[in-house]
Parts: sequence; structure tokens; C-alpha cells
Amino acid sequence: MAELTAVVGIGQTRYEAKRLDTSMPGLLREAAIKALEDADCGWADIEAVVIGKAPDMFEGVMMPELFLSDAVGGAYKPMLRVHTAGSVGGSTGVVAASLVQSGVHERVLCVAFEKQSESNAIWALSVALPFSLANVAGAGGYFAPLVRGYIRRSGAPEDTGIRVALKDRQNALLNPLAHLRLPDISFDKIANSPMLWDPIRYLETCPSSDGACALVMEKQSLAEKRSRPVAWIHATEMRSEPTIFSGRDQVMPRATLDNAASLYKKAGITKPREELDCAEIYVPFSWFEPMWLEGMRITELGEGWKMTCEGATARDGDFPVNMSGGVLSSNPIGASGLIRFAEAARQVRGSAGKHQVDGARRALGHAYGGGSQYFSTWIVGSQKP
Amino acid sequence: MRDVAVVGFTQSPVLRREAERNEVEILIPVLEALRAQTGVTNDELGFVCSGSSDYLAGASFAFVAGLDAVGAWPPLCESHVEMDGAFALYEAWVKIQTGQADVALVYGFGKASMGDVPMTMALQLDPYLCMPLWPDSISLAALQARLCQEGGVCDARAMAERAVRDRAAAKTNPCAQLKGDFDVDALLAEPFISSPLRRHDCAPISDGAAAVLLAAGECAAKFRERPAWIRGIAHILEPQDLGVRNLLASRSTEMAAERAGARGDRLDLAELSAPFTHQEILLEQALGLGEATVVNPSGGALAGNPIMAVGLARIGEAAQRIWSGDADRALAHATSGPCLQQNLVCVLEGA
Repeated sequence: MAELTAVVGIGQTRYEAKRLDTSMPGLLREAAIKALEDADCGWADIEAVVIGKAPDMFEGVMMPELFLSDAVGGAYKPMLRVHTAGSVGGSTGVVAASLVQSGVHERVLCVAFEKQSESNAIWALSVALPFSLANVAGAGGYFAPLVRGYIRRSGAPEDTGIRVALKDRQNALLNPLAHLRLPDISFDKIANSPMLWDPIRYLETCPSSDGACALVMEKQSLAEKRSRPVAWIHATEMRSEPTIFSGRDQVMPRATLDNAASLYKKAGITKPREELDCAEIYVPFSWFEPMWLEGMRITELGEGWKMTCEGATARDGDFPVNMSGGVLSSNPIGASGLIRFAEAARQVRGSAGKHQVDGARRALGHAYGGGSQYFSTWIVGSQKP
Repeated sequence: MRDVAVVGFTQSPVLRREAERNEVEILIPVLEALRAQTGVTNDELGFVCSGSSDYLAGASFAFVAGLDAVGAWPPLCESHVEMDGAFALYEAWVKIQTGQADVALVYGFGKASMGDVPMTMALQLDPYLCMPLWPDSISLAALQARLCQEGGVCDARAMAERAVRDRAAAKTNPCAQLKGDFDVDALLAEPFISSPLRRHDCAPISDGAAAVLLAAGECAAKFRERPAWIRGIAHILEPQDLGVRNLLASRSTEMAAERAGARGDRLDLAELSAPFTHQEILLEQALGLGEATVVNPSGGALAGNPIMAVGLARIGEAAQRIWSGDADRALAHATSGPCLQQNLVCVLEGA
């Protein structure tokens, strides 16, 4: 039986388009120090470091953890670098948790980051390789057809995406760390913003951000002694499938459905909508809220848009989603998944500030990546499982 | 801790240049051979983990295509490290320790020939202060070798002897890239490529892939009569800045060996991933290897260095010799970063 593990420290940088005030080591250190302070720990209390980020070309440094880990106390310690496409932030949290759950370490630090201003993500995603299909489209161009597929299948009203964007952008106004904080945001403003990749408009799209997120996790016997609330890790899960093959359902991939089923089984959950109090779901383009509500089996297939349109996913709804403003408001890609995991943990610790969901006891953190093919999730709770 | 064993290992022939095949095409036969060797099927895999580098492929998400080679359908519980496959094996070993998996597939792959490797490796350095000077990996190793020679750690002859030893041993390894009988004096008559390093002091540029199957406890017996049990596995990272490290020793290897329970005097063999001859000597010293230990029976990294697969292959090579009964206790090593910045040590036993 695995060692029960808890999140005891959370640190995030503020998220901005260009953090020109700091270097990459400075960015990671900013998040790590906040997490250590939150956990009331010093560098020497950390046994191992896990670093996660998306493709190395996003900064132009090969395996940057080799030069960065010193800045987060990794010298003369074990260090792992995780990379599982856009889901990497989540996977970084899962791998760090496993180091404690396995009994190998008592307390670990994980840091996920992206400093997109160091390079250019659209370029980094569009390098054409010999004998390979060139995808000079960036992520938005890649995902728009999948969104259109979802709309065709579900019959969702055209304004579903606008409603998601409005909610997440309003939520971001309550999160002082969020990158995009648009005080005058409105339904019309989003509806009238330029159409980038039909049906995804400019204001339904995530920004490019610099930022880092760090978590301290430790084993049960240490976490139990703490006076401040911790977030107990009830379950983690990962699933991957190939990008393209004949008959693959790219709109609702089997990997997300399998991931959800296995995650809930591990956590002993049978009715996720009722048993979970809120969720931070990886929504880089507005329409992925209803899509992943279905993909995470929180509602029936084809019904995710109803939750959005009925206001169920608003902060005062019965299943709040992306209270922090989500990926639509801050997107340091490699960190975005870990931010979802961290925000879920903040909710159950009751430390989410102005975007706290009252009485949140169990929350879902979710990340996905690649061509909707990598899924990484966890469930955290205020009580032990 | 759960008992976990290496029960399967396959690799591609290590070549200077895989001209005809991409990474997936290199991987597919390696994974097919692993399935044939062990009889494992995808539905038995509780976890899959791989190691590779986008910068070797020159493209983002280069590892994603690995899922095609694995045939991740139905979807698999899977992860990836931007590190040598040996570190992917470590992650898989941890996963098995959590009880969430009993059998795990690990693979690593790299096609270094597609770029200028020494210059590409310069991109691993601090991008603000160090990388703009473009110190290539051979020049950095040469600085360390110079220090080692001047500091009495080794001389040019001892370095050449490592190259001769490894390439002679590689004659029995059908996958090795550089093999044969060489003469120390003849090698020492060769010109420097980056003083004090000569060509034979540097591992070759290589393309290749390797795969390993891990199984826990009773599952291991299903796959192999005499599994190679992982008795200890640990890795340690040093700061990257050469100015704050003692380059005349490998402190991180010493620490990892201590944590893995490796004791030099009780090892039948050691498989080392040293990309340079003087680093092989530094590793031998850090691990306390003596006469009783055969070093690099496969030829080691100096006989073939498929970056991202070479460390995993060392674990596989060590395990093979335990399966066969040729060894009872073996050590395998992997490294990453300039001048042995990060080191992993794995101790395997037959019983």
C-alpha cells in the first residue's frame, strides 16, 4: 500500500506576458521560495526535486533543468525532468507525488515553469521535419477542427464558448496572480473579438505567459503534525494514446475517458459531479470546458455545454470550474497543468483567497496535452481518503 | 521496498548514422524484439516511461511519436522524461514501488547524427552567461581532462588504455559501434582534437534505441528464470557551473553509489556511460572499482553512445550477464550534463 501523501506548500509567481524583471532561475526560485515559506521549510528539508516544462525550444535551452535545478536547491540531490507535452505540469505533480507515495522520499519539491518570452512558441511548435506532416498552425489551428467536431456532435449553442470565456475572465479578476485581468470584459466584447480559428475568437484563447508554480509534498506522518490545513492526495492518474490513427476519436479521445474512470475508481468516487466540490480543468480554448466536463465523465457525453450554459460551472454554481481564471487567463504552458493541480489543492486547503469556493472539501486538478492525447489528473481532499 | 527486476532488454545496433530510419522506425523492431523475448503484451503494462530529447530531433514533442512504436492503444498509463532512458527506468521503478504497477516498459532513443552534437550540447549551458560563448561538449571535457592530468588523476596512457579495453570488449557485442584491437602507443601517436583529448578519448556520435522490461516480485518469474533484481538505484545532480564543482572527482557518483548500496569490492562487473576516457577513470575511482570488477564487458559508452538510450542500455547489458549466470552482482551507470553533472547508479543481483 502506498504512503499517503499531502501537498503542504504552494507557491506561484505572478503571470505575465514577459517577465523581463527576472531570469529563468529567478522565476523558478520565486515560486519555489513561496512554496517553501508556505510549507514552513528550508532548502535542506527537501530530499528531491522534480522539474517540469513543455518543449525545450520554448526557451531555446536543451534540458534546462540541468542549469536551473541549482536555483531551486537541487544541488547534490536527485532531480527528475518531466516532459509530457501540455499535460506536463500535471505529470510533474504526479511524478513528484509518486516519489513520496513510493516511500523513496519523505518530502519533495516540484516546480513547473515556462518562460515563453525567451523564445516563440508558435515557431517552436511549427518546425517542419523531413517526411513529416508540417503543422504550421500552432495549437489554436490544431484544436479548432476538434471544437467544430464537438459542436456538430453535441448541438451545443454557438455562444457556449463565449460564456466560458466570460466566466473565466471574470474569475481572473479575483486572482491577483492572473496574467489577463480585463476589468471591462463583457459577453459582447468577447463575441466581437476577432475570429482567429473558427469558432475560436481572440478572447476565447489563452495568452502566452511567463510563470512558474511550485509544490511541496510530504508523507502522512509529517503532514499530520502540521497546524495549517494540507491537501491530501486521494488519487492520481495518467493516460496517453497516439496522435493519429484511423478511427481515432480526437474530439472525445478514449484516453480521457479511461483516465477519468481509473482516477475515480482509485479515489472511490462514483458520482463525480456530486462528490467533487470544484475543478480546475485545462481549458486553453474556451470550448474545452464543456468538452472535458464530458471527457472527465462529470456529465453525460453531449451534455457538457448544458452545465456551462446553465451556470453550473460558475463560482456560485453547483460545480465551479476554473475559479482561478484558468488557462484562459494565465498560460505558462509547462506550468499550466501544475497550476491546475495547485489551485485544486488551494481550494481544499481553504487558501484560495478571493476565488475560494466555500466549503470545498474535494477538488479535481486536470491537464491535457499533445493532440488531445496526454491526460494527467489528480483529486485532492481536505480530509484523508 | 518491493523487489523489482530487469526481465527484458533489447537494443538497436548502435550506428554512426541511421540514414534510412526515423526514431519510430528504429524503435519498432526494438520493442517487437522485447515482446518476443519476454512474451509481454500491452495489457500487462501497468506503466510505460521513455527518455529522449527534443533537441536531438530538432523538433518539439519529438517523443510523442514513440507512442506509435509502443502502440499505445488502448491508451496506456505513460510518462516521459527529457533525460536518458535510465532515468525513465528510475521513474518506472518508483511507480512500481507505489503499488500502482507491477510490470513496466521503459525505452530511450536518440538520433544524434542529425545535428552537430558537441555544439547542440552547448545549448545545455546557462543561456545568459555561458552558452553565448558556445563552449562545445568536447572542449568542456578537455578542460576537465587537462585538470585531471595536471592533478594526478590520470595520464594520457591510462586514458588510451580505457579506449583499448572497451573496444576490445565490444568485439563480443553485436550492437557495438566501435570495436576491435587497438594499440595504446599507436593511439597516443594520434593528433589532439581538443587538447589533451584525442579522437579515441571521445565516445563516438551514435544513433540508437534501447528498451527494458521491469517486473515486480512474483511477476518477474513469469518472464525470466533468473531475473536481475534491482537492489539499489539512486541518482544525484551537481550544480552545472564548472567553477563551483570539484572536477577531479565525481561526488554525485559517490553519493549515488552510496545510496544504491554499491560496494566496489563486491561487484562482478560495471557498465559505465562515460562519454570520455578520463571520465571513465573518474567513475572507476568514485565507485571504488578494483581488479575484481570487469568494467564495460559490452564496451560501454566509448564503444557506442546513443544519447538518451546509452544509460538504459548499460542497465540492460548488466542485467543480461546476470540472467546468463555470468555475474551475480553488477553495477550500471548513466550520466547527463557537462562533465558528469548528473549520475545514476543501479545495482543488480541474481539472487
